Amino acid sequence: MRLLTHNMLSSNIKGVTNGFPLLIEVEKVVEKQVDFNEDFLRNMFPKIEWKALVEASRTMGYTELPENAESSMLDSDEFLRKFHHALIELHLEEGALVCPETGRKFPVNKGIPNMLLHEDEV
Amino acid sequence: MWYLCVFYHRLLEYRKPEFESLAGLFGAFDGTTTGLLEWKLPEDHHPDSPFHFVNIPSEEIARNIASRSILVKGIYELWGDGQSFEELEEAVKSYPDERKLPYLSRDSTFKINVESFGKVISFEEQNNRLQKLAFVPFKGRVNLKKPDHNFFLMDNDDYGSENGLPPIVHRRIFFGREIGTADRKILQTYQLKSRKYLGPTAMDAEMAFLMANQAQVRTGKLVYDPFVGTGSILIAAAHFGAMTMGADIDIRVVRDGRGPDCNVWSNFKQYGLPMPLSLLRADNNLPPWRSGLKEMFDAIICDPPYGVRAGGRKSGGRKLLKGVVAPYTVPDDKRTGHIPSTAPYSLVECVHDLLDLAARMLVTGGRLVYFYPVLRDNESVDPNFPEHPCFKLVASCEQILSYRYSRVLLTMIKIAPYTEDIAEAARIKHLEFKENHLKWLEDGNLRSAVFEPADIHINGSSDAKFGTKPKYRGKYV
Repeated sequence: MRLLTHNMLSSNIKGVTNGFPLLIEVEKVVEKQVDFNEDFLRNMFPKIEWKALVEASRTMGYTELPENAESSMLDSDEFLRKFHHALIELHLEEGALVCPETGRKFPVNKGIPNMLLHEDEV
Repeated sequence: MWYLCVFYHRLLEYRKPEFESLAGLFGAFDGTTTGLLEWKLPEDHHPDSPFHFVNIPSEEIARNIASRSILVKGIYELWGDGQSFEELEEAVKSYPDERKLPYLSRDSTFKINVESFGKVISFEEQNNRLQKLAFVPFKGRVNLKKPDHNFFLMDNDDYGSENGLPPIVHRRIFFGREIGTADRKILQTYQLKSRKYLGPTAMDAEMAFLMANQAQVRTGKLVYDPFVGTGSILIAAAHFGAMTMGADIDIRVVRDGRGPDCNVWSNFKQYGLPMPLSLLRADNNLPPWRSGLKEMFDAIICDPPYGVRAGGRKSGGRKLLKGVVAPYTVPDDKRTGHIPSTAPYSLVECVHDLLDLAARMLVTGGRLVYFYPVLRDNESVDPNFPEHPCFKLVASCEQILSYRYSRVLLTMIKIAPYTEDIAEAARIKHLEFKENHLKWLEDGNLRSAVFEPADIHINGSSDAKFGTKPKYRGKYV
């Protein structure tokens, strides 16, 4: 699971009002190289919850992202590279996503988060 | 400028929509919004004929369309056509020299392809026809392997009836210069029979590429398939350079596959394509997106489960949705590894959820491309395709699957933003589906209509229908 995905997901258990961002329990992180595409990053930037991305990347052991970001920073190549790396190259291979409200764990196995709800959560 | 477009004689209804989608992708409509090109048929040609004239702003766009397309055999600058070689000669001679001479010069190499639509012509006959082109002042040298310029000589002569091809009124010969041709070699590279990991409903390569073309997939775009299965649609999107994301409710499909090197990831590895950015197990009926998330994807392409070959599933047990039992409370020690029960997911609900998802998650101008099944028992009635206030339907292409039913590839463009009103209407509809769970399942019972035995003996006319092969089969190809 890349952090782009993490930035999109929330716990959708019935009754949970604040399911975002999910906490990350790390067992194994791998880096997967992705071709750099500036247009893609520019398109994604305004849709990303920056705080959640910074927190998540730190949990995954990457501390290079600045605390705050604004669109003018997209002109810096250095910033774009960091953003690219954190958003789509860090990959949670094994671990779990944890609902911030209920503590329910959504397991991540072989890079695939299982967001399916149990019967009593629908 | 007008060009001659020759299509492969396949998937007839898909040909022009694919062409126009690619025209849009390569900038043919800059400044206009119709998304439609001007088309003309050669004199006396049947609308299903492979020969069409089309108006495209530039040769470069024409070349791009041809080389990306699956159904375009070639795009040509027509130098002349006629019912006989005499007429052809006259037409080619009167075509302006300044358009011809640059391609006939002494220092260039060329090749002439001779073909006839609907039949094979012998080598001898090909030579005969080449001799008749002596009036064209070729100055360059022939190079059959890597010519600078390709020319073509093609006709559609009378090939008789009863062969399933569109009827021909009289012969027509075309001669011109090739601008570009389709690369159908990719279909062999990606053919399903050599793919490692397949499911029962894996999309065949040709159709998957057509879907990606309808969706105007290109480098740097983000494409999502909510029913990813074995990833066959996303593979086509990734081939054209898109970033991909897929979800499925069935964990066997997205994760385990058939072992460590036989799963969705390995399918991408097999072709050396970039891995999907994300695969995820999620329920399309209860998508796990955070609130406020919208306009993430450039295209959503999918083949929803409509219950004929594979049935859809959603969260919640059958009895639970019926209201017979209260939700099962999972004991705390059994939560890890618990496999939640699922219930059948009717077509109407599935399509509703898909349109709502697409309305929210597509960028404006983004495309939703998906298959929708129709029963064929009532051919005179136009089927009603799903509608949504955020979308405009731009193409519907039928592919006949059996005597009973077809699937129609729908291409919809998002033209209006997803508003709170629309979101609220979708929420109410969602609750209604939950309340009338069984009713919707009955309504969506396509499978029984498809597999119900035919009353051949009661209805005498059916015998005749099955017995004789229709002269012209049209959309069956």
